[in-house]
Amino acid sequence: MVAVAPLFAEERIKARVDSLNFFYGETQALKDVNFFVPDKKVVALIGPSGCGKTTLLRCFNRMHDLYANMRSTGRIFLEPSGLDILSKKVDPIELRMKIGMVFQKPNPFPKSIFENVAYGLRIRGEKVASYIDGKVEAALRDAALWDEVKERLHSSASSLSGGQQQRLCMARSLATDPDIMLFDEPTSALDPIATARIEELIDELKSRVTIIIVTHNMQQAGRVADYTAFMYLGELVEFDRTSKIFTNPTQKLTEQYVTGCFG
Amino acid sequence: MSHDRSTWILRQKIYEKIFLVVSVFFLICSGLVLGALLLDLAQSGTSRISWNLFSNFPSRFPEKAGILSAWVGTLLVMLVTCLAAIPLGVAAGIYLEEYAPKNRITTLIEINISNLAGVPSIVFGLMALGIFVYKFALGQSVLTAGLTLALLILPIIIVTTREAIRAIPLSIREAAYALGATKWQVTKDHVLPYSLGGVLTGIIIAMSRAIGETAPLVTIGALTFIAFLPPSPVQTTAPFINFDWLNSPFTVLPIQMFNWVSRPDPEFHKNAAAAGLVLLIITVSMNAIAIFLRVQFRRRTRW
Repeated sequence: MVAVAPLFAEERIKARVDSLNFFYGETQALKDVNFFVPDKKVVALIGPSGCGKTTLLRCFNRMHDLYANMRSTGRIFLEPSGLDILSKKVDPIELRMKIGMVFQKPNPFPKSIFENVAYGLRIRGEKVASYIDGKVEAALRDAALWDEVKERLHSSASSLSGGQQQRLCMARSLATDPDIMLFDEPTSALDPIATARIEELIDELKSRVTIIIVTHNMQQAGRVADYTAFMYLGELVEFDRTSKIFTNPTQKLTEQYVTGCFG
Repeated sequence: MSHDRSTWILRQKIYEKIFLVVSVFFLICSGLVLGALLLDLAQSGTSRISWNLFSNFPSRFPEKAGILSAWVGTLLVMLVTCLAAIPLGVAAGIYLEEYAPKNRITTLIEINISNLAGVPSIVFGLMALGIFVYKFALGQSVLTAGLTLALLILPIIIVTTREAIRAIPLSIREAAYALGATKWQVTKDHVLPYSLGGVLTGIIIAMSRAIGETAPLVTIGALTFIAFLPPSPVQTTAPFINFDWLNSPFTVLPIQMFNWVSRPDPEFHKNAAAAGLVLLIITVSMNAIAIFLRVQFRRRTRW
C-alpha cells in the first residue's frame, strides 16, 4: 500500500482505514486492511463471496456492534476531524447519524412511504412539519422517486415495486444528509432496468456524498466506481483507480479475478 | 421407467388423500366434542339464563340463586391479573428478545420460562398460599387471586410476546439502527407496533386460560358462597376511586360452578350449566376479540 499516497495527491481524503483486523469469534474476517476513501468519490469493494467486503463495509457504521462475539482492531479515521470510528469512545448512534446505509435487499419499514423517509428526521427530534415535508420531498426527488409516489405518499411502502423500494431506502437514508453512504450490493435483488436507475443515482449523488459500494458485479464496479478495492480471503489485495484495476492491475490475483479466471 | 414413475406419483397422491381424510376426521371429532359440550350445557342451562341469574347472589333455593358475586369477582380478579401480568410479561418478552445478552444465564432463564408455562396451576396456588397469603399477609383476597393468576399466565405472555417479536425480520431492525436509532427507538417505533397483533393475541389467550382457572384459587382460599359484593372501585365522592375491593374476599365463576355441581339437588346442576354457558361465552368472545385484533393489526402493518 506504499504506492497509495501519490495516487491520492489530487484527492481530499474522507476516511482512512488503518491496519483493520476483524474477527467473528475466532475466525478472522479482515486481515490488516489499509486504504483511503477519497471525498465525494465512489469506492467499490469487489471480490469473491466470503472475502470480507461486506464485513469491511459494516465497520464504517459500526453495524457489528449490534451483535455479540465480534471484535476488531485497528482504526478508521473520519477526515478532516480525525475521529476514529471504531473507538469505544465514539457513540455508534451519533456515528450512524452521519453515515447512511442501503442494504442488499430493499427493507422499507411497513409504514407509509412518507413515514419511511421521515423516520430519520423524527428520531433526530425533528418536529416541524413543514421542514419534514420539504426534506421528504427533496430526498424523494434525489432518489428519483418523487414523480412516481407524490400522489400516494401515505400509502404503504410495500405497495412499491422492488426497484422503487430500493430507491425509497436510498431516499430514507438521504433525508438526513449523510456524509458517507454505504451500499451493500444494492442491486443484487433487482432487474437490469431497476439496476441501471440505481447506478444512475449513485453517479448523481457523488457530487454531494462519499459513496462506498460493495458489489458482486464487476461490470457495475466498472460503471460506477472511481476507485476499486479488490479483496480476497480477508485481505485487501489491490486498491487503485477503477480503470487501472480493470485494465492494468499490479497484482496477478486481481488480474485473474477481473478477467474471470475465478470468483 | 415411465410406467414406474406414474405409479409412484399415483401412490404419492393416494398418501396425500389418506392424510387429508385422517386430518378432516380428527377435525370433525374435536368439533363434535365442543358441539356436544355446548349442546349439553345449553340443554340443561338455558332455562336458568335470565336477568335474575346475573343480578342475584347465591342462595339455598336453586331458582333464586344467581352468579352476581361470581361474575363481579371474576371481573375484578381479571382486572388485577391484567394489570400485573401484561406490563410485566410484555416487558420481560421485549427484554429477553431485544436487550438481553445471549449467554448461558439468559438461555437458562428462557428454558425455565418455557417450563413454567407447563407447571400445573395447583402448584402456583400452593406457592401463592405460601407467599401472598402467609408471607405478605395479603389475605384470601381479590388481590391475592389476581396476582396468583398473573403468575400463572406470565410465562404464556412472555413466550407469545417473544414469538411475535421474533417474527420481525432482522433487516427492518438493521434499517432503523443504520439511520441512527437507539435501541429504545427501535423498540417503540418498530418492534412493538409490528408485533402488537401477536402480543395482543397472546394476552387474550392467556386471559382466557386464567378466567377458567379454579384449582389455584381454591388453594388460596376463595369462598364458594358469597352473598355480598366487594366495595366498588369507583365512588361518587372524592377521591372517586378506592382500593378496598382489593382486600375483599371473593368468588369466581368456575368456583361457583364447582359449588353448585357438588350439591345433591339436581336443580343446582342446572345453575351450574348456566354458569358454565356464561363462562364459555366469555371465553369464546375473548378469542373472537383476539382474532379480530390480529386481523386489524396485520392490516395496519403491511409487509
